[in-house]
Amino acid sequence: MSGVPATAARTPLSAAARLRKGKWYEQPRWRRLGALLALAVLMAQVTGEQGVRNDLFHALEQNFKGGGVGVWVGIAVAVWLIREFFDDAVARGVSRLRERAGGPARTVRATSGRLFGRRGYRWGALGALLLVLIVLPLTVTTFWQQVLVDQIGVYVMLAVGLNVVIGWAGMLDLGFIAFFAIGAYSSAYWTGGLPVEPPVELNNFLVIPVAVVTCLVAGVLLGAPTLRLRGDYLAIVTLGFHEIVYLVAKNYAEFTGGTRGANGLDRFSLDLGFWSYDWTLDPVPYYWIQLGFVVVIIVLFLRLEHSRVGRAWTAIREDEVAAAATGVNTVRFKLLAFAIGASTSGVAGVIYASKQAFVNPEQFVVLFSILALSYVVFGGMGSVPGVLVGTAFLVWLPQFLRDRVDPQDRYMYLGALLVIMMIYRPQGLLPSRRRQRELRMAGEGVSGADALGARPGGERG
Amino acid sequence: MSGVGLEKDTGPAPEAAGAAGALLELRDLHVCYGAIEALKGISLTVAEGEVVALLGANGAGKSTTLKAASGMLAPRTGEVLLRGERVDGIKSHELVHFGIGHVPEGRRVFARMSVLENLRMGAYRLRRPDPDDLDRVFSLFPVLARRRKQVSGTLSGGEQQMLAIGRALMGKPELLLLDEPSMGLAPLIVRQIFEILKEINAQGTTLLLVEQNASQALRLADRGYVLETGTVVMADAAPALLSDPRIRAAYLGEVPE
Repeated sequence: MSGVPATAARTPLSAAARLRKGKWYEQPRWRRLGALLALAVLMAQVTGEQGVRNDLFHALEQNFKGGGVGVWVGIAVAVWLIREFFDDAVARGVSRLRERAGGPARTVRATSGRLFGRRGYRWGALGALLLVLIVLPLTVTTFWQQVLVDQIGVYVMLAVGLNVVIGWAGMLDLGFIAFFAIGAYSSAYWTGGLPVEPPVELNNFLVIPVAVVTCLVAGVLLGAPTLRLRGDYLAIVTLGFHEIVYLVAKNYAEFTGGTRGANGLDRFSLDLGFWSYDWTLDPVPYYWIQLGFVVVIIVLFLRLEHSRVGRAWTAIREDEVAAAATGVNTVRFKLLAFAIGASTSGVAGVIYASKQAFVNPEQFVVLFSILALSYVVFGGMGSVPGVLVGTAFLVWLPQFLRDRVDPQDRYMYLGALLVIMMIYRPQGLLPSRRRQRELRMAGEGVSGADALGARPGGERG
Repeated sequence: MSGVGLEKDTGPAPEAAGAAGALLELRDLHVCYGAIEALKGISLTVAEGEVVALLGANGAGKSTTLKAASGMLAPRTGEVLLRGERVDGIKSHELVHFGIGHVPEGRRVFARMSVLENLRMGAYRLRRPDPDDLDRVFSLFPVLARRRKQVSGTLSGGEQQMLAIGRALMGKPELLLLDEPSMGLAPLIVRQIFEILKEINAQGTTLLLVEQNASQALRLADRGYVLETGTVVMADAAPALLSDPRIRAAYLGEVPE
């Protein structure tokens, strides 16, 4: 299938549909140019100067004086020229490219097949990749080291955990950061950083299992009464759960330190008697901790994916009633997914709190849940490599844009990228095979909604 | 196997079958949806090796009865007995381990899995699935063997129904509950599916099926129960029901003389 065009206009019906829907390309050429120019001016305004309150037209003026308009108009005219006069050439080029790659959907699989095809190669490549990842922080500036630890590392852990909940078990969780917060506050509590004294002060490494258990319990507590819900309903409930955790952190000052949070928390330290090491301000050692955990977590998760547990999750995602009819304990496996996701998030929280050496509620606003969710979707729900690459890329992008565009606009570009991505490649960067199939079938109208738009309450005849 | 009816004649009276050899027995089952009482005291028995049909109009409580038997619904009062042991209150995913297979209403195949994946999922309850089971399903439903790689959402309705039955068989059930296997299918396909059901029964699986298609169901079944607004109004051997003028009038669209 070379695909996109061609199929239209074959039958009278599609011609009618075309009249109704695709009006803009039936317009005369000059009108299309006009529309593009208007868009260019709009983009110049959007990406241009900030407004100033006491000089209303400042931004407008500046934007027309500066080169911004020129660039955008240039782009608009170029797009217009190419679309109007070189369309056939472009289409031919694209279809040739696609043919060579064996269709758009197969591109990824083909290349990854070549990369990881044989066992030896596969392990070699993974080993080399790991080595690169270990050395990577030593080759970049301190700024990027910080980004790598505070953002990329943290979000990768979150996204990998969230992927279990969303990508594998098919539950839309918008309150994921709540567990991250619980992990971080556990770290603060058990290292004696909160106003309340813990029974015993623990080293941060020992806090990790404690935080995992705490998050497991919290995950089950949240999950047990709510997992009968699905889709949007579950999303709202998890959102509510996040608000509860957030507001408790903010307002229960006697325990959590309120809005100011807690400062001067213990960092990681290791004392083996003959050798001891204290983690300090240098971000790189934290990165190695994160990397270690991510590797362990991924190995565990990939084993899960192809086990009975993973199959049960897939079945639940497809159809809960049918899953139960084949003997899958739906409640237990949904709880399990939730708890696994929560505890991953908790580990990330402990590392984060220890690295920052402070916690406060503003580190755990709901925006971060949504960002984590968009990273998962961008990378490819259900695909661990996709989630890793997608998260790293999306976290990297705004930092990369920092010096290149108006810093205030950075997330606008991120948003635009997400929109474009969802339109042209909804399966994500490196999608899982199953997700690809799901979206293709949803497009063909087979089996209604996709996994996240499922019926409420699962069971309805 | 000859065409119409397994010549088991009128056999033992329906109630008598309940006593000793009953594989499944429902006793005075009451099920409510909120304030609405869907089942008002249903009692029935299914003996080992039998085919039993539940007939009735829309809303009579057929599917509800089946759901109560398969653990998808908990009865308010009453008992579900499997080989004389109470199993009501046991969740459906656990009942599967007791040897009850369930083909849910509307087929509900895993639409985005392949045929083979669906069948493998059907054997989920077995730690070590028996490869012979797959062969058995494929010999019952040759069309599934041909389409084993196909994504099941793209199968036709009849093929999906076959897949749903095949998937349930992969769990090696002793008792197979079928909820409207003929729903929305062309008459030819329905006949084909009922032939296969007969074959499945002949291989030793007991069947309890809910059907609107009374004539097909009664031709397959040994006995039948007729439900009306949550109660059993008639219970008899299938040939007797098939020739009963009231049944013919109500479900087979014949005008009584």
